[in-house]
Amino acid sequence: MKRFIGFVKKEFYHIFRDKRTMFILFGMPIAQIMLFGFAITNEINNVNIAILDKSKDNETQKIINKISASSYFKINEKITNEDQIESVFMKGKVKAVLVFEKDFIKNLQTLKQAKVQVITDATDPNVANTISNYVNAILQNYTQEINKNNKPSHQIQTQTQLYYNPELKSVFTFVPGVMTIILMLVSAMMTSISITREKELGTMEVLLVSPIKPFQVIIGKVFPYIFLSIINATIILLLGFFVFKMPIEGNLFLLAFESILFITTALSLGILISTVSNSQQTAMMLSLMGLMLPVIILSGFIFPVSSMPLHLQIISNIIPAKWFIIIIKAILLKGATLNMIWKETIILIGMTLFFIGLSVKKYKIRLE
Amino acid sequence: MGIIVQNISKSYNKIKAIDAISFEVKEGELFGLIGPDGAGKTTIFRILTTLLLANEGSASVAGFDVVKDYKAIRNSVGYMPGKFSLYQDLSVEENLKFFATIFGTTIEENYDLIKDIYIQIEPFKARRAGALSGGMKQKLALCCALIHKPKVLFLDEPTTGVDPVSRKEFWEMLKRLQEKGLTILVSTPYMDEAELCDRIALIQKGSILKIDKPANIIKDYHRIIYDVKAKNRHQLILDLKNYPSQYSVFAFGEYIHYIDKNENFSATDLDNYLRQNQHSEIEIRVTNPTIEDVFMDL
Repeated sequence: MKRFIGFVKKEFYHIFRDKRTMFILFGMPIAQIMLFGFAITNEINNVNIAILDKSKDNETQKIINKISASSYFKINEKITNEDQIESVFMKGKVKAVLVFEKDFIKNLQTLKQAKVQVITDATDPNVANTISNYVNAILQNYTQEINKNNKPSHQIQTQTQLYYNPELKSVFTFVPGVMTIILMLVSAMMTSISITREKELGTMEVLLVSPIKPFQVIIGKVFPYIFLSIINATIILLLGFFVFKMPIEGNLFLLAFESILFITTALSLGILISTVSNSQQTAMMLSLMGLMLPVIILSGFIFPVSSMPLHLQIISNIIPAKWFIIIIKAILLKGATLNMIWKETIILIGMTLFFIGLSVKKYKIRLE
Repeated sequence: MGIIVQNISKSYNKIKAIDAISFEVKEGELFGLIGPDGAGKTTIFRILTTLLLANEGSASVAGFDVVKDYKAIRNSVGYMPGKFSLYQDLSVEENLKFFATIFGTTIEENYDLIKDIYIQIEPFKARRAGALSGGMKQKLALCCALIHKPKVLFLDEPTTGVDPVSRKEFWEMLKRLQEKGLTILVSTPYMDEAELCDRIALIQKGSILKIDKPANIIKDYHRIIYDVKAKNRHQLILDLKNYPSQYSVFAFGEYIHYIDKNENFSATDLDNYLRQNQHSEIEIRVTNPTIEDVFMDL
């Protein structure tokens, strides 16, 4: 035990004395969460739009007021004819143009229907889509208001309700995603690098020719990172909770348990990487290419798994991060209990045991 | 009970690193493996410290088999690899403390064994190991290898990259450790250090050429060696090599060691030959052979 404590103490010296390690450990999570939270977002807010009102009557004015009253849109420009549409888009000043047809109020009263055209700049398809959805919603709302008194004979009304994230805040998906990436990065990459560093510097040779057992070396290496990863996960959740008003609906103990489980999975992957690489560079490349990219691309963090081609959907099943993202979203947003996520939990446990088993088998008690 | 090596061979990717090597180190002996880089010294060390498995042959250290009883060996030997293998970002004291804990002991417990050496680096005990000079680093590494009172000490090229004064000190320390009963196996590419060992094995290209006491090895050497010196050293080597009866010519310190094929060699003839070749300030005298001379002749 004394040996183990001595070893862990040494590991902490390494970590705290290396500025780069410290930066990756504590600078990265905060930078990433702020970046994703504030800068990279597909919500729309204060989007500039232009209006082409060919009717200029009471009704169109009411609709325009309603649109500009929402925090989503800002009316930037009023144009007078269709030729200007192209040029405002080219100038890049607006993301959408709303066109009210001629005789809007007359058509609405006599024909019982009037037309609004929504033209969006689809160079950014997601934003374009969201804009047209928002405009539709506002117009729908407006039609309902004017139909309040004279009910039409037949009508199907859809009532959409968005559960768990009613405002469609992207932070709610980014916080779990960033947490997954950071835990993976810190746990897998940092441990694999710190183990291979001993190989590279030759200190592993001295450690092998000493009474300390290989598994003590591994656990001693891993232990500080479990500790630091838990701190990291806490920082991310606190930032999400206080800065971005991310809800934490589920049980905190369950959340802690699942996070520690995922940290262990990532650590076992880190150990596995260190058993197959002999230099810090190999370990880093393996971690980045083999872990980070799949986590970002295939875990469902940025691209939804359900909209991937079938073969990628199948591959995504072997990415531990995918299961952790499902688990943590369920806990944070839905307040899930263990009997709702037991399947994913068992998959993670299985993966962890597999990686540990493989590392033990691959671990060398000698130099070759 | 020291070290017994029997017919050990080891290949890396079909390239033989060492070939059927056998030698014995008696308990309490200071034994030297002498040979140039790439002779296979490090491979021998790694096999004996249980870090590598030999392809053929058997070996034992302090009575333990290197394959079967590897754990027992790891408990009872001290090993200092050729490359500086301590933690550069830890201070001198932290390194020593760390190795003491790993071996289940404390600095205080075995202080008497390392005292002579540690005293010299103690003024720098708060300094990071990476900021030490070469000689200091080696002294610290030796302390770390000794902290658990090993029965056998393995030192792989401990003085490579160390200045001559520190090298001399280092060997004095080894002698003192030997007096305390340690068995020491040390390797070095420096021939002058060979004479400080009890016995040496001369190794080249993975084979042992000779094992004996340094004095015996020199005594067995029958050729007469001449120190030759002249103003133009480079030209001197070329001209000596062209001398009809030359046997071997190589640079040795400020002199050129010259050996002649003939027993009735006359220094005056050589002197005349060199004068004819426009050499000045010529010196020719008989000198005592050293291990290096023996080695060059093997």
